Amino acid sequence: MSELHDPPTAQQLVESVREWLETDVFPQVEGRLQFHTRVAMNVLAMVERELELGEVQNENYAAGLAAFQCSSEAELAEKIRTGALLSQEAEVEEFVMNSVKEKLRVANPKYLRDE
Amino acid sequence: MESIPSTPEELSSAITAATGLDGISQLRRLTGGASRETWSFQVGSERHIIQRQRLTSPRDMHVEVGVLEAAYAAGVPVPRVLASSRDISGENPVGTQFMIVNAFEGETIARKILRDDEYASARKTLPAQFGSALGKLHRVSSAVEGLEDVDQIAFYQEHLRDCGQSHPAFEIAFRWLEENRPPVGRRCLVHGDFRMGNLIIGNEGLRAVLDWELAHIGDPAEDLGWLCVRAWRFGGAGPVGGIGAYEDLLEAYGEASGEFISLETLRWWEVLGTVKWGLMCISQAAYHLTGSVRSHELAAIGRRVCENEYDALLAIRELKKGKGSTRV
Repeated sequence: MSELHDPPTAQQLVESVREWLETDVFPQVEGRLQFHTRVAMNVLAMVERELELGEVQNENYAAGLAAFQCSSEAELAEKIRTGALLSQEAEVEEFVMNSVKEKLRVANPKYLRDE
Repeated sequence: MESIPSTPEELSSAITAATGLDGISQLRRLTGGASRETWSFQVGSERHIIQRQRLTSPRDMHVEVGVLEAAYAAGVPVPRVLASSRDISGENPVGTQFMIVNAFEGETIARKILRDDEYASARKTLPAQFGSALGKLHRVSSAVEGLEDVDQIAFYQEHLRDCGQSHPAFEIAFRWLEENRPPVGRRCLVHGDFRMGNLIIGNEGLRAVLDWELAHIGDPAEDLGWLCVRAWRFGGAGPVGGIGAYEDLLEAYGEASGEFISLETLRWWEVLGTVKWGLMCISQAAYHLTGSVRSHELAAIGRRVCENEYDALLAIRELKKGKGSTRV
């Protein structure tokens, strides 16, 4: 697939800003500003992971929802709430757990535990 | 109404005018939360704290004043209310509801309490101290005007319906919570936000319980479950505030209150607390998204919702298997 935009990629651009925050800004600041700099670095790292993984994750999520005859996440939520999927309870729970783990792989991979 | 005093000089004169407290020095702002500001000041050798409600806050701080007074009278380690807007008739020079309490020296930052050497011995005694403080707290008279008693499941289900997002994991959690609801216990005053960050800790242990803003009438086990939510472990290993085992908390609580809460009930409330914190993360991000407060810190909290989905589903899976659940 051809890309319209010239290099660097969005991911590389975000990475460059994060690295600048890490090496130049973070060591120079303290207190509240340092805390907010750390938060900014974490946010950018999250965006980098989403740019890398997000597209495939979204496709997989849509396919997974479709397997339960749901066209959206909202529909799945509704069906769980009303009990319409009780006959497939274990499968639904496994699918939801796996999607939550996919979200964590972007949001905060260190949060995942060994199971 | 006149403008609200905002500089230290203006606020200092306003406090004197409102309460008669004279000789105020070293007035400085400590924090500004979404609902209130906190300032510290000195009168002679005594340090005091003033908390002032924001105009936009829907909460009635006078309920909290009543709760603090009742808790103090019952011997719970809490700040003593020295003055408040409740006792002012006529115009309030401070501009919005406020209360002044005595300051406690000590640490509230969880990361330090969990890791620094000076709190090593405190860490050993804190889980039991939490249990006994809660045991005492739940014996405080709940006859304070304005305290609400709402069904926690129904309240947060509505919150989920109204947040404009869908969260299948929380739907699963609510289903499990409804099916496994513990028998209705005693109703009493609960703190509502008893966790590291809201507790002042010294190197000998617990000094004071702060932030009674969310106090309400509820099940005593609610406070214990909330304290064990993984977010309040701040990376620590023990389920109780990151430092203790469930059993230490339950045992000390039982001894102090004469009321023995089962591990099963505690864990049910922990799951509810986990869902609740997840929903609160959605609200925090919404402050940013709706533009009421622009902040990348608040925005990022929106991506912590899934941590709570994960914890809730893990706990439910574990409890369904009927494991002893002492895993940390």
